[in-house]
Amino acid sequence: MSDSLETADDAPPPPEVDRPRDLFSKFDPLIAEREALLATGVRDPFAIVMEKVTSPTEAVIQGRKTILLGTYNYMGMTFDPDVVAAGKKALDEFGSGTTGSRVLNGTYDPHRDVEAALRDFYGTEHAIVFSTGYQANLGMISTLAGKGDYIILDADSHASIYDGCWLGNAEIVRFRHNSVEDLDRRLARLPREAGKLVVLEGVYSMLGDVAPLPEMIAAAKKHGAMILVDEAHGMGFFGGHGRGVYEEQGVEDQVDFVVGTFSKSVGTVGGFCVSNHPKFEVLRLVCRPYVFTASLPPSVVATAATSIRKLMHAGAKRAHLWENSRRLHQGLRELGFTLGTQEAQSAIIAVVLPSQEQAVSLWQGLLERGLYVNLARPPATPAGMFLLRCSLCAEHSSEQVGEILTMFASAGRATGCIA
Amino acid sequence: MTDRDETFDKVARLIAPFNKKGVTVADDTTFAGDLEWDSLTVMDFVAGIEDEFDILITMNMQAEIETVGQLVDAVEELRAG
Repeated sequence: MSDSLETADDAPPPPEVDRPRDLFSKFDPLIAEREALLATGVRDPFAIVMEKVTSPTEAVIQGRKTILLGTYNYMGMTFDPDVVAAGKKALDEFGSGTTGSRVLNGTYDPHRDVEAALRDFYGTEHAIVFSTGYQANLGMISTLAGKGDYIILDADSHASIYDGCWLGNAEIVRFRHNSVEDLDRRLARLPREAGKLVVLEGVYSMLGDVAPLPEMIAAAKKHGAMILVDEAHGMGFFGGHGRGVYEEQGVEDQVDFVVGTFSKSVGTVGGFCVSNHPKFEVLRLVCRPYVFTASLPPSVVATAATSIRKLMHAGAKRAHLWENSRRLHQGLRELGFTLGTQEAQSAIIAVVLPSQEQAVSLWQGLLERGLYVNLARPPATPAGMFLLRCSLCAEHSSEQVGEILTMFASAGRATGCIA
Repeated sequence: MTDRDETFDKVARLIAPFNKKGVTVADDTTFAGDLEWDSLTVMDFVAGIEDEFDILITMNMQAEIETVGQLVDAVEELRAG
């Protein structure tokens, strides 16, 4: 201090330093909205903790036995004894994790095996496994479409598809949700010689509606585009082999890339892409979200492989899941709820509410009665909708579906959502 | 009337149905700030512009366009190209 005082006259004036701008200030409106909502006394819909999970369809939340109706655990494989045993065996034999990338030290025998299971399940030449479904879309889309290429996507696409677009260098064009005409018109305006990737989803997860794939694929083919279909919500129960909506609609030979996830029907975590493209394997060298992350733990891929092989022979479960979905859809409709689709098109049944307040109060009313559903709000939802999203499980018993409808009737009337 | 004026008038006509606050539309009117459009409104509006002029405005380009004037210039450029 004394030195600086003595030389103060000679020293240049200290540079003016701006006060740091708080980078969090952009979130102030969201923070205020949340605080106002929670001040009304409702529980935080995005901070639920499952204290115990007793089966694919039941958990304990705040000490209360609760039916789970918002898990995407469509085929109920999470507690399958063979699946759990395979995971334990791999944990014993290969340890808790790989600590490395698939292209370095992170490919173990179970990783090769799960890719073999996927090739068998889909009947394709190639399968590549990513650490999450989100990364599968990031990796495939950003790597397939490069500078000068075009990605054409549905406006209601999942965040992982949008993020895959922004991660790459391609030009991004979107068309109105499920509109074949809008897709065709936009494709027609693109340079003929440019590379094009059309990205579609079998089931759109917010409203549970299904894409008209044959018509959309015909439009894409007419303009020389390659086609990627995300079957995250279709795997397991659409089509004769459970491959997805593209199998059910008979366009298996026309889709270039199918993306999927292990975190729904398969019952664990991970993502993948299957394809017959002869050069597919080069992706393992050039796809950054595949290369620059650690591979899945061996126990996870071992459970996935066992689950996928069992899903090949799950016809009875599929039939029961469809029965549950149709019954819930019809029951809710009869109670007077507005639903995202006219008929049950998938195992997702979305209840549409006019405001955040009504959505949250119904959500809480259901939770207090012992039923958990997903609350979804903009910007995740299309057209600014507030949704209570229900997803059924093949392990829901007929009695449980009855209980679910009783709880919806009681909570719906108590909150004024239905008469 | 120049070509640009004509394009501006057409763009302004397409803005009108989404101009809920009755903002006076000029070159420096911003879509997010002045018109207070959310991403869904932008999507609908852009689709209308694309069909009116038979052009494509990629999402990459949309990210750069903030004002009505910038959009009119972009439309002019795309029609010329």
